[in-house]
Amino acid sequence: METRTDRPTTRPAVPEHRPAPASPAGTDHSPNAPISIHDVTVAYDRKPVLWDVDLDVPEGRLVGLIGPNGAGKSTLLKAILGLVPVISGRVAIYGKPLSKQRKLLGYVPQRESVDWDFPVTVRDVVQMGLYGQVGWFRRLRREHVRRADEALERVGMTDLADRQISQLSGGQQQRVFLARALAQDAQIYLMDEPFAGVDSATEKSIVALLHDLRNAGRTVVCVHHDLQTVAAYFDYVILLNMRVVTHGATADVYTEENLRKTYGGQLTLLSSAATALAQRH
Amino acid sequence: MLEELWRVFTFQDYNTRVVMAGTGLLGLAAGVIGVFLVLRKRALLSDAVSHATLPGVILAFWASIALGMTGRSLPVLLSGAALTGLLGMVTVVALRRWSPIKDDAALAIVLSVFFGAGIALFGMVQQIEGVHAAGLTDFIYGKTASMLISDTVIIGIAALGVCGIAIALFKEFRLLCFDEAFAAVQGWPTLRLDLLLMGLIVLVTVIGLQAVGLILIVALLIIPPVTARLWTHRLAPMAALSGMFGMLGAGTGSAVSALFERLPSGALIVLSASAFFFVSLMLGTEGGLLPRLWRRARLRRRIRRQHLLRRAWELREQTGKRTFSARGLVARHAWHPVVAALELRSARRAGLVQRIDGGRWEFTPAGESEASRAVRNHRLWELYLITHADVAPSHVDSDADRIEHVLDPDMVAELEELLAREQEDTPPPSPHRLETPTNGGGNGR
Repeated sequence: METRTDRPTTRPAVPEHRPAPASPAGTDHSPNAPISIHDVTVAYDRKPVLWDVDLDVPEGRLVGLIGPNGAGKSTLLKAILGLVPVISGRVAIYGKPLSKQRKLLGYVPQRESVDWDFPVTVRDVVQMGLYGQVGWFRRLRREHVRRADEALERVGMTDLADRQISQLSGGQQQRVFLARALAQDAQIYLMDEPFAGVDSATEKSIVALLHDLRNAGRTVVCVHHDLQTVAAYFDYVILLNMRVVTHGATADVYTEENLRKTYGGQLTLLSSAATALAQRH
Repeated sequence: MLEELWRVFTFQDYNTRVVMAGTGLLGLAAGVIGVFLVLRKRALLSDAVSHATLPGVILAFWASIALGMTGRSLPVLLSGAALTGLLGMVTVVALRRWSPIKDDAALAIVLSVFFGAGIALFGMVQQIEGVHAAGLTDFIYGKTASMLISDTVIIGIAALGVCGIAIALFKEFRLLCFDEAFAAVQGWPTLRLDLLLMGLIVLVTVIGLQAVGLILIVALLIIPPVTARLWTHRLAPMAALSGMFGMLGAGTGSAVSALFERLPSGALIVLSASAFFFVSLMLGTEGGLLPRLWRRARLRRRIRRQHLLRRAWELREQTGKRTFSARGLVARHAWHPVVAALELRSARRAGLVQRIDGGRWEFTPAGESEASRAVRNHRLWELYLITHADVAPSHVDSDADRIEHVLDPDMVAELEELLAREQEDTPPPSPHRLETPTNGGGNGR
């Protein structure tokens, strides 16, 4: 990462592996795309984290956001959600600015981002997904309570609804966060490493849930780490390392060459990716 | 003395009654809003803020003397306090945001610099001739005896206002404290909510100056929430309990200080609040020391009991007899004979096993069903681990030993359902020994 200063400051050349429509970058944004990212650059302090990210996330896809540590994956999610200031560029949600479209977005943050000793129950947390719809000063109405309980049901946590959240396993915590986003019934879901630290059974059930969402026409973007499972889980990938290396249908762009471009010299990761690809073909 | 005590605690003295009501309401507000302060992990920020109020108090006093007023007007002094208190808070936030100084250092700097400035100003005011500034020390250590009834009314109203806002914005504050980013994504104005919350903290700090004093007011904001947390794991009851503990602590403290007028009331209030804290730390149901020890001992007892029953059951399966001997248990499981004897004795007292002729033992009907249940749980869990998780079968037994004791009936039902497809007969045989003949040998693993 320290070689960053050598990076070109102009727009990176369009990689060959990128599918056809992308050629003159930045000119092909569709007003109907769930997420349109226009030339977004984000920097913390003096350090740029995201550089000229410019792409449309297509509708109704299950999108994997892939890249090495420090590639800016979480930051990209946060930039889409307006949680980090964008130095230049803008993000549109279905063609409109974020402030008008918040109800369409569901966010599943990293599990470590909150204090799990907080005095709330599972049900309380899931109900938080509906606070935005309840509005100022109001209490939850019966309708909201019902929707929260349905979301709990969908992730199989009904039995644990009254449990304090510190008594949950990692996988259960992740499912609570998922249920909180589901309760909101959003159109677009942005998830920051939903599979981090969960057991394999939970991982499977989360994947099934994500596929359900996709099949119901929702757009889901997940930050993902495990190169082995990318091809199996996602039908669209964005390869990111400070700038977008490439994006497109998994079958088209998830290649060893593109991974090499994304991960640079991180050989251990590469070899595991190679194994994964070998298994796939 | 006794008569005095009686007078105080039966609220006969009008003045005491009013002061107690005022400080009680102050404690209520501090307890309620303190919950959010603690959960937002800003406990020490309130300490910096309270110390930063001192220069404001002194300057307000000085200004009102210069303008020919008495310098005793509480609203004037507290306005000054609020001003520099807020300034201190802003300084902390600014240091944190725009300088490389870390949080704790920023707090320490603001606390000491503002307090130092206050002390210096205090010294200067005292040297002005004809000015009687000694009463200002009340704001440092707290003195309920110096409170006028009109002061108390102001404090009480402000405290009720704080509680009202906290209740109205309960949902919003809860979300802000738990997951600020998520709140922001939903479109809540998190910065403004945060400022409001901190503003309420400053307000409580300022109205508490006279009763508790700026050094100790932080305790009234922190101790009640922490005390309440030891009794509940939900936010609403925690806030209610915290308010109650704050009210009781402040009320009791000010009652005691009415008896001992020379003792600083701030110290008495904090000490009585901490009395509740210590009791809760020992007895609290959510993390109190004694309940935790008790639960752990009970769990250990239950685990040992289940071990005994399961081992006896397995021994019986192995020998094919209805009875079992203590020596058999010892031999098979490398138990210490004394431990085995003690366990057997306690199981007998519980009516699970009984001694029969020849020093052998057998299950009572209750013990029979209890043991069969334990064995079944254990084996279901073993099977679950083998079939559904990638655990080497040789490691399963030790895991199951611990986990089966916390299996609740729902989980068992779920496991049974899962395994019914693969395994027709229950209880399923121990999958990694294949030596149990009791189930008709249907173990096709």
